[in-house]
Amino acid sequence: MKLTEQEVRGVADLANLALTDDEVARMRHDLDEILTHIDKLNELDTSGVEPMAQVLFDAEETATLREDRERPPVGTEAALANAPLSGSGYFKIPKVIER
Amino acid sequence: MTTIDSIRKGLLAKQFTAREIAQKALAHGEAKNAETNAFLTFSPERALAAADAVDQKIAAGEDPGALGGVPIAVKDVIVTRGLRTTCGSRLLETYIPPYDATVVARLEQAGGVIIGKTNCDEFAMGSSNENSAYGPVRNPVALDRVAGGSSGGSAAAVAQGTVPLSLGSDTGGSVRQPASFCGVVGVTPTYGRVSRYGLTAFASSLDHVGPFATTVKDAATLLRAIAGRDECDATSAFAPVPDYASALDANVRGLKIGMPREYFENLESETGDLVHRAVDTLKQLGCEVREITLPHTQYAIATYYIIATAEASSNLARYDGVRYTRRAQADTLSDMYRRSRGEGFGAECKRRIMLGTYVLSAGYYDAYYLKAQKVRALLAKDFSDAFKEVDAVVAPVSPFPAFKLGEKMNDPLAMYLSDIFTITGDLAGIPCMSVPCGKTAAGLPVGLQILTRHFDETSMFRVAHAYEQTSNV
Repeated sequence: MKLTEQEVRGVADLANLALTDDEVARMRHDLDEILTHIDKLNELDTSGVEPMAQVLFDAEETATLREDRERPPVGTEAALANAPLSGSGYFKIPKVIER
Repeated sequence: MTTIDSIRKGLLAKQFTAREIAQKALAHGEAKNAETNAFLTFSPERALAAADAVDQKIAAGEDPGALGGVPIAVKDVIVTRGLRTTCGSRLLETYIPPYDATVVARLEQAGGVIIGKTNCDEFAMGSSNENSAYGPVRNPVALDRVAGGSSGGSAAAVAQGTVPLSLGSDTGGSVRQPASFCGVVGVTPTYGRVSRYGLTAFASSLDHVGPFATTVKDAATLLRAIAGRDECDATSAFAPVPDYASALDANVRGLKIGMPREYFENLESETGDLVHRAVDTLKQLGCEVREITLPHTQYAIATYYIIATAEASSNLARYDGVRYTRRAQADTLSDMYRRSRGEGFGAECKRRIMLGTYVLSAGYYDAYYLKAQKVRALLAKDFSDAFKEVDAVVAPVSPFPAFKLGEKMNDPLAMYLSDIFTITGDLAGIPCMSVPCGKTAAGLPVGLQILTRHFDETSMFRVAHAYEQTSNV
């Protein structure tokens, strides 16, 4: 196996994902299989190849700058409408700072 | 068959009203939903208001618009103001977007009538539509089989005759593969051709919005209505949008077409026969067909599942229990994040978030993400080299026709491998589409894929249209 159970739990922590013990075991197996397939890329010598981060097209450097003008924002009420908990114009979350 | 033209003619001749068409489509979709589960939400109020506006225009002697009165279904990863948008996820079960995606605004400006939101794999992650939190879509052609994914609902809505047009999204084949499985036309435009403002982000360097239709001409008309620069999406292209539909009838004689040999190995035999027969038809039309090679094809799946999951792990970080509807109860902020996400996401999303987080994590970035970006450059170069010799590339869409529900659900790698012929087009960012090219003995549709140069959707549509006109499929 490419990943230990501990490593799987570590990645889940990085991803802010609570996983059950069953899920950790399943994930370990699935990631192992996929990462083994991915090893195929090591057959290729890519030294000297420019990485392709985006499909780019010819355009002026400033082409994607839009005119700087006021536009009506979505508004606090609409922005908060889908929040599970809000109040006084803010999203509410569990307390982070102890008094 | 109902098409944009037949609706336009009927409306202008006062044979029916846009309201009647919308009502019919809504009733049809609702009745069919027990069978196929293609829709997650219907939008009768919005549809009838849009239809009435079209009827008023016609009554006033005005033009009803390029899509005037045409009922359209929209994949539920594309946001609609005031209309529930779930992304196929439990996480967003009650999410009501505060704005419209640009594609939605544009198709309504053109007179289109949105009748509902279609089922899809959760956050567009899947190849069978079985990853939807609201149950799979069943293929209208064979109800024990998948409709394909991730835009399965949009493909099925057209295939079952509810709407002549729908919108899907394609990151690794999510328009073309369900189009081929359901026997309809599906188009992935050039990367940047269509604004993604309001398309829920999955993998931003790969995401596209694309149309489904019953005919090539209708797909071309819908694409023209939604394409073009949008200042709300900095990645949308400035390239002018041609009138694709009016260029369809140009002769394809002498057009050079390449058959990549890597795409014709390991095909299920009936699929191979049907695609070969379609290529023969193109030869009879006067196209010059030659074998070409796209040598890095075998590395595409590995490349894609690094890049797509890495970008997804970042894009999906926003679903943290703070802003979007669903939150798990917890005493601390970090537990609230972890539990909200752990309870909200389905298995496939979790798998991809995990893989994406892993390949981006400290010490692995160069070995995985950077390596994949380099191989992506090689895959894109395969195509640019090929397009020095040929004007279009033809290939199968999927190695096999629609498979049975449940058949691949326990083997994620096998599911990923089924995307082999579609993900290359997304990685290169070139336009590509699926056009029906016949059915297997069991009656399952097969699609022919056509790929062309960046921004040359015109040639792609011409080849597809010429083929469609001659074939009796």
